[in-house]
Amino acid sequence: MKTFATLYRRIDAATSTQHKRQALIDYLRLAVGDPEQYASAAWTVYFLAGGKPRQMISTKLLRQLALEATDLPEWLIDECYHSVGDLAETLALLLPPATRVEDAPLDLWMNERLLPLRERDDAERLAALRDWLDAMPSDDRLPFFKLVTGELRIGVSKLQMTHAIAQATELDAKLVAQRMMGYTQANRAPQAQDFVALVAPAEAGEDGRPLRGQPYPFFLAHPLQAPLSAFPELLGPVDDWLVEWKFDGIRAQFIHRAGEWWLWSRGEELVSDSFPELAALVEFLPDDIVLDGELIVVAPRSDARSAVDDLSDLRPFSELQQRLGRKVLTPKMLRDRPVALIAYDLLEKDGRDLRERPQRERRALLEEVVSRAHSTAMQVGADLPLRLSPALTQPDWESFARQREEARARGAEGMMLKAMGAPYGVGRQKSGANLWWKWKLDPMSVDAVLIYAARGHGRRSGVYSDYTFGVWSGPPEQTDRTLLTFAKAYSGLSDEEMRKVDATIRRTTIENFGPVRSVRPTMVFELGFEGIGASNRHKSGIAVRFPRMLRWRQDKPVEDADTIEALRALLPGGGA
Amino acid sequence: MTKDLIVPAAEGLYCPPGKFHIDPWRPAALAVITHGHSDHARWGSGAYLCHEDCAPILRRRLGDVRIETLRYGERRDIGEVRLSLHPAGHVLGSAQVRIEHRGEVWVASGDYKLEADGVSAPFEPVPCDVFITESTFGLPIYRWRPQAEVMADINSWWAENARAGRASVMQAYGLGKAQRLLKHLDANIGPIVCHGAIEPLNQIHRDLGIALPPTLNVGALDKAGLSRCLALAPPHAVQSGWIRRFGDHSDAFASGWMRLRGNRRRRGLDQGFALSDHADWPGLLQAIAATGAERILVTHGSGEALSRYLREKGYDAWPMATEYGDEEGEAEPNVEADTDGA
Repeated sequence: MKTFATLYRRIDAATSTQHKRQALIDYLRLAVGDPEQYASAAWTVYFLAGGKPRQMISTKLLRQLALEATDLPEWLIDECYHSVGDLAETLALLLPPATRVEDAPLDLWMNERLLPLRERDDAERLAALRDWLDAMPSDDRLPFFKLVTGELRIGVSKLQMTHAIAQATELDAKLVAQRMMGYTQANRAPQAQDFVALVAPAEAGEDGRPLRGQPYPFFLAHPLQAPLSAFPELLGPVDDWLVEWKFDGIRAQFIHRAGEWWLWSRGEELVSDSFPELAALVEFLPDDIVLDGELIVVAPRSDARSAVDDLSDLRPFSELQQRLGRKVLTPKMLRDRPVALIAYDLLEKDGRDLRERPQRERRALLEEVVSRAHSTAMQVGADLPLRLSPALTQPDWESFARQREEARARGAEGMMLKAMGAPYGVGRQKSGANLWWKWKLDPMSVDAVLIYAARGHGRRSGVYSDYTFGVWSGPPEQTDRTLLTFAKAYSGLSDEEMRKVDATIRRTTIENFGPVRSVRPTMVFELGFEGIGASNRHKSGIAVRFPRMLRWRQDKPVEDADTIEALRALLPGGGA
Repeated sequence: MTKDLIVPAAEGLYCPPGKFHIDPWRPAALAVITHGHSDHARWGSGAYLCHEDCAPILRRRLGDVRIETLRYGERRDIGEVRLSLHPAGHVLGSAQVRIEHRGEVWVASGDYKLEADGVSAPFEPVPCDVFITESTFGLPIYRWRPQAEVMADINSWWAENARAGRASVMQAYGLGKAQRLLKHLDANIGPIVCHGAIEPLNQIHRDLGIALPPTLNVGALDKAGLSRCLALAPPHAVQSGWIRRFGDHSDAFASGWMRLRGNRRRRGLDQGFALSDHADWPGLLQAIAATGAERILVTHGSGEALSRYLREKGYDAWPMATEYGDEEGEAEPNVEADTDGA
């Protein structure tokens, strides 16, 4: 734990990405040169690249640990937690100092202590924790509890980790990215050999090709924010671009190799088990093939549909959400919320990596493969959960812009623009002509009133940074109208604005409920969001997707904020 | 039941039988001052009464005002009460105010800490019936490490920077924290620079016979000197042009607030050292117990939490509203003024 804790502190203290990267590189160089450290380094990479094992110790148990070990009343521990804004840190600050010191490497901690805790009962877990903590120096406790609570939040991304490994080992970053695929899956316990496999010199012929069920790194898109008038100069003629809808589902890679299949989400989690209906694809698709596409819920039906690019039956993201994170998929769920994969790229065919081939060529092969699978399925009357993302055509960018306005009605968020001549890249490429662009619709927005505020976490602990917003239940002439909540948001303000909002919240507090305060309505914000739907989560009966503050409307009195009618009008079909 | 000897009034804490205020935040006829931080020693009162070592600080802060002074333990009868000042260990000249009236004793602590800092007279518990305590760090998450350990960390941070050829810029409140740091910095590591807002306060200390290492103005150093120096500056100075003189440097802040990661991260500093001139949680409890008081009034900081905890322990303890420090104390990390020397 000491080695990991030292690295954690060094990264945490770093105030620039360069210092952060240097800390990673220094650590990795030492680890690569010391076989004794391989097993613990395997876990260190796992955690720093964002890996989160399934819960080992519940929050409830950790709170109980605090109660028993500190002899403080529960309300006071809560008070401390609200002041600190982070459970791991609260525990680290509250627990009494160690009475002895012993150290064990991270792999031993994980494999022999923490993971086996899942098989124990709460009393045993508590006793084990107290015993271990009694031998743990105060400095190591924050990283320890961060691991245990699964919230490292140290500002290292998988991409940074990939680059640090590449730099420390002098390997090609693309090769490392390929080796990292799937490394941080939740139910994985990385071993010494996994670390070796990450940092080993490139083998002859190893060109970053994935093994068996391993996916390719996803190619990620950049937001396109230029005005339409700049498009011809920025992008050139429309014929050079593949234009598609930007679907509002889950990005996924479907792999069919050697008779088996795997489905990977964009978060590099293996999600095959959550979408068993895709097993049907194996029958109709050729072997040794990899598709990139979007998973989305479609209307249930039993007969085959006629067109492979029929998208008339896409359901909103909220329905897909109901399928995610379920431990058990009921037959009813599978029947009522079936998914389909809308394919938009072909990364491998006949076992050959196609990523260096131009988009134009990959698209032609994709159309061929998906159409053939579709027609074979048609012949046997099967409704194959596979669609082809239609290639949209228009004579010019203005026409595309007009067509883009239909996106929401079609269940899409906007359009994707992909250069016809470009290869399939790795991750979010910085610049160059070969980018993928996401050309999203402007967010929907309303002017809403801040009515609740909670203290934030991490960098914002202690600051009122998380807000709940409401709109009026009726027009101004209705004297008994109230504010109905519909969204929570915490991003979009500058630090300076947040300081002012924080001060106003403290001044206008009506009531404290633990970490949350209700405030007198005085502040209006223009709140932007990407999607809207009916929901019983909020009083308004409406919930929105990706809400964020676009602007603080200091010019606007609260009486002039929007009403629930304005929000309802944005619902698909205009509300009512 | 007798009447309270100290009550909250519009101008600040007020002693009716003595007809004076303690650390009033609005002008009063007679202001008894516990210490020289700007949230306790405010402008506009008719006359001031404070410890003799606090007087030069008050003069520097408030200009030509009427000041009377007392030594620690010296008694003064004011109105119907007998008043004396006792060491609070917070900063130079800081005092607890003891008030005796018809056999009843009240003590207003001002700000205090228990650990001897080598600069101010160490805190002395004063037996009393009612104790008015501060609670800036009145939550059990606040526990200070011994000063010697924190100073060793600070000196090694400085030494490491000096070896790497970059300046060490330390933010610290100008009164109290700065001199406490100076007292324990290892001057063998390199030259020490003090910002212009701190140096006059150093001089006040030196004039009173407190030995501090030599301090320089930033302009007195050449490039080589700057690359090894440690510079002390009040928090507001780091946004000024002054900081640019140091080029590539490592920055740090010495304050009790640095105990929390969020406060360190939010400031974007390389280092945060949890060194405070206020009592930590165990210190508050120890000081309260040592007074023998049964009734406790808790001012600025975590007044609600500390008083509730004390009530559950059998004390007659209640929060008392004041305008010292900041609301709840938690807001403090955003405040840049040189106020309460946290």
